[in-house]
Amino acid sequence: MAGTAIAELNADGLRRDARIERLKLFGLSSPALLLVLVILVLPVGWLFYLSFVGADGGFSLENYARMIEQKSYERIFTTTFEVSLLTTGLAILIGYPFAYFLSQLPGRLANLFMIAVLLPFWTSLLVRTYAWLVLLQREGLINKSAMAFGLWDEPVRMVHDMTGTLVGMVHIMLPFLILPVYGAMKSIDVDLVKAAANLGASPTRAFWTVFCPLTLPGLFAGALMVFILCLGFFVTPAVLGGGKVIMVSMKIVSNIQLFVNWGAASALGVVLLALTVAILWIASRFLNLTQIAGSGH
Amino acid sequence: MLNWFQSPATETQVTHGGRLWLYALAALVILFLVIPTFIVIPMSFSDSQYLEFPPTRWSLRWYEHYVDSPDWMLATRTSLKVAVLTMVVATPLGVLAAYALHTAKVAFVRLAFVLLITPMMVPLVLVAIGAFYVYVKLDLLYTVTGLVFAHTVLALPLVVIVVGSAFKSFDMAQEDAARSLGAPRWKAFLTVTLPQVRFAVVTAALLSFLTSFDEVVVAMFVSGGDNPTLTRNMFNALRDQIDPTIAAISTIMIVITVVVMTLAQIFGARSK
Amino acid sequence: MTARQTEALPIRVSHVTKTYGSVHALDDVSLDVVSGEFLTLLGPSGSGKTTLLMVLAGFTRPDRGSLKFGDREVIRTPPHLRDVGMTFQNYALFPHMTVAGNVAYPLRLRNVPKAEITERVERALETVQLGGYGSRRIGQLSGGQRQRVALARSIVFEPRILLMDEPLSALDKKLRDQMQIELRHLHDKLGMTTVYVTHDQREALTMSDRIAVVNHGRIMQLATPRELYDRPANRFVADFIGDSTFLPVRRSGRGVAFGDMALTINGPVPEADNLLLMIRPERVTLVRDGQSVAPESNQFAATVREVVYQGDSYLLQSELVDGTLLTMRGAVRGANLSAMPTIGDRVTLNLAPDDAAVIDGSGC
Repeated sequence: MAGTAIAELNADGLRRDARIERLKLFGLSSPALLLVLVILVLPVGWLFYLSFVGADGGFSLENYARMIEQKSYERIFTTTFEVSLLTTGLAILIGYPFAYFLSQLPGRLANLFMIAVLLPFWTSLLVRTYAWLVLLQREGLINKSAMAFGLWDEPVRMVHDMTGTLVGMVHIMLPFLILPVYGAMKSIDVDLVKAAANLGASPTRAFWTVFCPLTLPGLFAGALMVFILCLGFFVTPAVLGGGKVIMVSMKIVSNIQLFVNWGAASALGVVLLALTVAILWIASRFLNLTQIAGSGH
Repeated sequence: MLNWFQSPATETQVTHGGRLWLYALAALVILFLVIPTFIVIPMSFSDSQYLEFPPTRWSLRWYEHYVDSPDWMLATRTSLKVAVLTMVVATPLGVLAAYALHTAKVAFVRLAFVLLITPMMVPLVLVAIGAFYVYVKLDLLYTVTGLVFAHTVLALPLVVIVVGSAFKSFDMAQEDAARSLGAPRWKAFLTVTLPQVRFAVVTAALLSFLTSFDEVVVAMFVSGGDNPTLTRNMFNALRDQIDPTIAAISTIMIVITVVVMTLAQIFGARSK
Repeated sequence: MTARQTEALPIRVSHVTKTYGSVHALDDVSLDVVSGEFLTLLGPSGSGKTTLLMVLAGFTRPDRGSLKFGDREVIRTPPHLRDVGMTFQNYALFPHMTVAGNVAYPLRLRNVPKAEITERVERALETVQLGGYGSRRIGQLSGGQRQRVALARSIVFEPRILLMDEPLSALDKKLRDQMQIELRHLHDKLGMTTVYVTHDQREALTMSDRIAVVNHGRIMQLATPRELYDRPANRFVADFIGDSTFLPVRRSGRGVAFGDMALTINGPVPEADNLLLMIRPERVTLVRDGQSVAPESNQFAATVREVVYQGDSYLLQSELVDGTLLTMRGAVRGANLSAMPTIGDRVTLNLAPDDAAVIDGSGC
């Protein structure tokens, strides 16, 4: 019996101490977790429930059925994907070379030009959207200067349609792409490119076969972030789309503000969230999610 | 000058001349990024009813209009109040959470982290209508408290990520050392850890402020009544007309952003 | 200067076990550290030596067991109430405080009056030969100086027990050798019970009163440096400390035999099925032609396979009849030098009975 007593020496007390310490430490995160739970998770769960409640108050799939049956919903989803894909594509096309330009600059100069990326990034997107509204309107700066230079004779309509939406979206999304790509480029060992050149690769070939593949994780993370943000975007298309570009989030808002139809809005929200989660989930199989979360900042 | 064109720009002997296309593109991108950010500033000083650039006559009338408007003043006060409170709530909560996630050896730390950064991933519209729905029940609609809670949730991921990465690069053995020297854990944290991650904490606080101050979608739903935010009123005004007063307000917001970001950059650089 | 001799405390570790999943980091470890002793925990990385030190400091909570400082049971006492000084591998100095700020830190926590703090900080800095360095910033110090500050900080509040976790591992070799002697002198002067962790066997042999060799979460042997080197308890200890050649031997009468050859040994033969003769390279001598040897000496015929000249000595690797390669270290001086054997030579190697140790070969 004495043997057992020794073998279990203080075991209960130590186990209790360990549990208490764990709880205390983890408890420090509880106010934050609680807030996220109450303000975000529970309401979204509630919306999930509402999406299955029909007009008669009973369980129903009518909110989802409506999305399949009504032509207008099909257009909304098509538009959402179209805008998201185009914005992501344009952001890559513009942002990748620019990130490359930044990565080739000496440190101080790169920091200076980085301000050009960071300032818009942190300026209110409402302010920037407003600026585009002003710039792109019929009597706006772009039309006026284009006509002054003789690029076109009549004012061209650029706002309250797809063009305006895309311009505004790309402007807002660019930093989300540039920052992670720039990060990936900066972390590449310059010696690798030198080695490729040394082995006889032409500069172009060295870029495409060595440099570019190494930046793909950053590009992927950035593009993913942009795409996901676009899917749920509201302010810019609402202001610059002029009612002609209707994305999922805008339909959710109008379902509530105009029609007070919580079921319909919730169902759309659930679908939007499911899409986002599915994309993140697929991406997480190839990428570290925290990397994406950290990429924007 | 000709020499520069022929001088190598890279290790692989590409000359600056061969890279002109890249420089031209970069210049365009910079213009594209910067002009819309600042164009409203000169416009806000125009005397015209219509927004024009460059202004033909300068005046401060839109600023006067803004300052004289009780509605805009109320909104400004709400926005500032909410942003400051969000900063005050989100920063300590986020710092505590980041510390817990960094030190607690519990299985669901990963889950907790994912939960804390979800507000970044969930479409804002969903957060907005969710909060709206709950606030109606909790009687928090159009209250500063409700706004601060919602904005805190949006700011938490930033605080957790910024401060969390500072903890990661901090040598936790220092905290152990402090404890072995006689400091209880909380005291070790306050006297040894916190002073060394303080720049990250300040950066996180400033980012929290901006997150709240610039937020539109959630504010659209849960602010209003006695407590409308600046962004909410601006958004509503934007849909109706292009009011030059908004240019003046935008200018003020840009100035606030620039000041806050400059501070954040200074602190951010020092935290590295 | 006069450092106050603090009254040391004995440490009694009993039945401490710590598992991580299915891995035993500490497997029912019991250990007594005598008051005022300098005891070293020596082992390879992952052996559990650091875990044991962390249990002593209170940073690792074991699954069970007892830990006594003197008469006081402290296994459940949090680190800040244990009153032990500790130095860390990378010093863990506080870079946002000055040298004096670092050293004063434990005193301020104990609410020592200001004037006394100043005086005690300076005294501690003088003890580690850094008098006058108080206002320096940590970033301005060299590695050796940082080590001294860490030491001053861990002794300034006069703890009765001092724990050191590989304190010299970040220093270059020359400084390390010098600090070893200094640390030992300091220990003798202050007299605290000291537990020192290292993976460097030479460091352990140089500094310790006793060494506990740790592996797989168990203490393989606890002995003085001399005993450990000459009479290792098993193959692991013999292998870990110093170089040696092992010859499989079997029990034969009261002694042991290598093949057909009965060996003369002076030490005890352990009770084990699997016996090994441990031969340290520097204890073997080369028998010259016509040289007389003590009759009871053990002599091995061998063929030279490798000769390496190393300046202060030479290494000779020769093959015994059973194919084992035996390593011997020879002195380089006078006649030895000119008569250094060459590859292929047939030689006779001599091992005195005092230098022949039979150990338990069942390993670890």
